[in-house]
Amino acid sequence: MSDPKTFFLDEEEIPFEEGQTIIQAALTAGKYIPHLCYHPEFKPHGSCKLCTVRIDSRTVTTEDGQSVKIPGRAAASCTTPAQAGQHVESEVPEILDLRRTLVQMLLVEGNHYCPSCEKSGKCLLQGLAYDLGVMDPHFPQYFSKREVDASHPDILLDLNRCILCELCVRASAEVDKKNVFAISGRGNTKHLICNSESGELGDTNLAATDKAANVCPVGVILHKRHGFEVPYGQRRFDKAPISDNPVQYAPVKEQV
Amino acid sequence: MPKGNPNGSDAGTVVSAVLARHGADGTRLMQILREIQEETEWLSPDILTRVAEGTRLPRGQVEGVAGFYHFFHTEPLGRYRVLWSDNITDRMAGNADLMARMCKKLWLKPGRVSEDGLVSVDTTSCTGLCDQGPALLVNYRPITRMTAQRVDQIVELIRHKTPLAEWPAEFFKVEDNIRRKDALLGADFAPGDALKALKSPQEVLDSVKESGLRGRGGAGFSTGQKWDFCRAAVGTGPHAAHYVVCNADEGEPGTFKDRVLLASYAGLVFEGMTVSGYVIGARKGIVYLRGEYRYLLEPLNAVLEKRRAAKLLGKSILGRTGFDFDIEVHLGAGAYVCGEETALLESLEGKRGVPRKRPPFPVTAGYLGQPTAVNNVETLASAALIAAKGAAWYKSIGTPKSAGTKILSISGDCERPGIYEYPYGVKVSQVLADCGARDTQACQIAGASGLCVAPNEFGRRIAFEDIPTGGSFMIFDNTRDMFQVARNFAHFFVHESCGFCTPCRVGTTLLANAMDKIDEGHGGEYDINDIWRVIRTLKTASHCGLGQTAGNAVADTLQKFRPSYELRLNVRDFEPAFDLDKALSKMREVTGRDDPGAHFHIAHRKSRAGLGTKAGDPS
Ligand code: SF4
Ligand code: SF4
Ligand code: FES
Repeated sequence: MSDPKTFFLDEEEIPFEEGQTIIQAALTAGKYIPHLCYHPEFKPHGSCKLCTVRIDSRTVTTEDGQSVKIPGRAAASCTTPAQAGQHVESEVPEILDLRRTLVQMLLVEGNHYCPSCEKSGKCLLQGLAYDLGVMDPHFPQYFSKREVDASHPDILLDLNRCILCELCVRASAEVDKKNVFAISGRGNTKHLICNSESGELGDTNLAATDKAANVCPVGVILHKRHGFEVPYGQRRFDKAPISDNPVQYAPVKEQV
Repeated sequence: MPKGNPNGSDAGTVVSAVLARHGADGTRLMQILREIQEETEWLSPDILTRVAEGTRLPRGQVEGVAGFYHFFHTEPLGRYRVLWSDNITDRMAGNADLMARMCKKLWLKPGRVSEDGLVSVDTTSCTGLCDQGPALLVNYRPITRMTAQRVDQIVELIRHKTPLAEWPAEFFKVEDNIRRKDALLGADFAPGDALKALKSPQEVLDSVKESGLRGRGGAGFSTGQKWDFCRAAVGTGPHAAHYVVCNADEGEPGTFKDRVLLASYAGLVFEGMTVSGYVIGARKGIVYLRGEYRYLLEPLNAVLEKRRAAKLLGKSILGRTGFDFDIEVHLGAGAYVCGEETALLESLEGKRGVPRKRPPFPVTAGYLGQPTAVNNVETLASAALIAAKGAAWYKSIGTPKSAGTKILSISGDCERPGIYEYPYGVKVSQVLADCGARDTQACQIAGASGLCVAPNEFGRRIAFEDIPTGGSFMIFDNTRDMFQVARNFAHFFVHESCGFCTPCRVGTTLLANAMDKIDEGHGGEYDINDIWRVIRTLKTASHCGLGQTAGNAVADTLQKFRPSYELRLNVRDFEPAFDLDKALSKMREVTGRDDPGAHFHIAHRKSRAGLGTKAGDPS
């Protein structure tokens, strides 16, 4: 079929191609839907749930003339195929509130001391938090014990900030074909591991130029000897919020 | 080489032998790891490397699988590994005191291995023995009806390093406790009855549809529909095939009917799988048996052997050319989430049990990407009966929207816990009367993720149109503390979340922590608001049913048993979980002071009258 297909994102008509997910179509059309684990170059994952939207809510009129809204189903827009005529709610209070809660959950799960983090100002989690108006982590902090692995000559791994988006895992498997990273544990013991018997990054074949070494949205996989090259105040999200230019800020390439 | 290898055999030899047995096939990783561990006791880094090399899987992936399942050990554990079942029903039966007694006698802390590497004692989620708890697993073999005396005997056996095979046989006795039979448990059915009655696959499919059979796992999807979708789907690639999978990962707390079906009605279940294979065009069926039921593996394999000998399995079944079907049993390794059908498929393929995203659905792309019909144990047994006795017979039982019978696993406060089969539509009050429940305060139906009903709802019915259930039915009388019930379930989900998605991974922990905070007397209205916020997030944003329902028990008890929370709530809006008084205890010790001036007031609020403890909270 050649007629262009469209769906509605917050009542705005968005064109899409068969096979595109909601987020893909939205970003292509220049509409931002928050996301952390989605990356245009890898298979969708659907784990962070920041991109959650509501689909096809309905308003019905009851016998006594009142309109009642029946909420549609909630779904991750990065894994849900776009469908013609669909009505998608994204920038609505309920969904924004949900996203704030999810960001807060991630903030308490790891140790995010933003002022001392090399990623500040260009970190997607932080950028999202600012954009959504998250003022504090709200929930009691976990104070998780997490390791720093400095065994690799060029790359530092500070697992304190890992949000378990598995972008590095997918980059290493799908793009670099090296499988340097993997996931172990489950539930709240889920954690990132390296593909070596010692468990150290230095014993893997990761190269600083690998996709996996350049895809982390937060400050976990850091390049040694390149810290704080761009001063605070001039970094990516210091200049404009994360939602400002959806296509540019979809994490296509690591850029300072 | 791993420590504590009982056979003194070299890890390398064990790994090679097991790999050879499985053709070094990476999709069989779960079975490979389990069989290796049965000999080496734990999976050392070196073993993981060897398995990775042998199967040509990335080492990280092998380690990730080993790290996912509760029953795989990447650290050395004791030669005797004791796991106490920790469902709320085990707690009600006193597991906490018994476990404390065992630990004390063994000079052991829960979760630690003894200095000499002999023994470790810990808890595990529901073992499916709630009608004969408190229960435990020793090296994955169940021991039921624990008493103080039994604890002492076991401690002696462990101290003397008596091999498990020489322990008293009655320890390991698992009862069926069937209290009420109906169409399924009471059916007169000889092996082969359904297969002999088979007409064309289409006719059998029509009759399954016609019968109104719906999935017994709880969701209640039409079985005929499912088979129809699966039959219509086309396999892909050089290994195109269809598969039948029997979901015997009965992990829902308080459920044990599949255990009984597999122990005493395995033939019926296998026959149902064979019927399903005939309809959808599959040549292979797989039973995914939960790790807790490891002891059923050999008996099940014996039944399969018998059926092969009787030409009820294998090539040209009952002499029909082209009707080839065989069944294999796969063992899980302790992960509740694998009851979710796509997580189960991942696990079957040798991966971490993380639920897949849908679409595609298993009926079109399931096991190894091929069309797969995943059905519950009870569904398959029912399908066999329908094939043998016809749709009309089956449809005449139950209610218009819920045909047939439902097997309930009843546990908790009643005189006769066990297995009860009823036609659909039975009232909760009827069930309570039949099992001898008195002064019932609440029933938790459909497990930790299910529905908690209060007495004003006891007129409701067990049926898809009213209260659907996989079969768990836990009863709490007036002496129980419903807050502790909900707290137990909240902790259950912390242990069992797969951790894939943010809302569930973090939300289950926040929920359990909030319940603990309230339990300790530090909770206020602020925490209740937070609890609602977490529950909403879990329900809306979680990736799979586990996370979506993980807040149900807390939500239900908050609404229906509010006083049990009220009792514990602080008058103030907010109070931190951090205990200032406790923080000072070290200083009191050092300075030798214990006068009121050396205390913060919080401690004095801690002991309040009326906090029910009978629900058996160990803390
Ligand atoms: S290291 Fe970075 S990219 Fe990898 S899982 Fe953690 S946060 Fe995601
Ligand atoms: S809801 Fe829980 S169990 Fe389900 S995928 Fe998410 S983390 Fe895993
Ligand atoms: S971006 Fe969709 S779930 Fe993470």
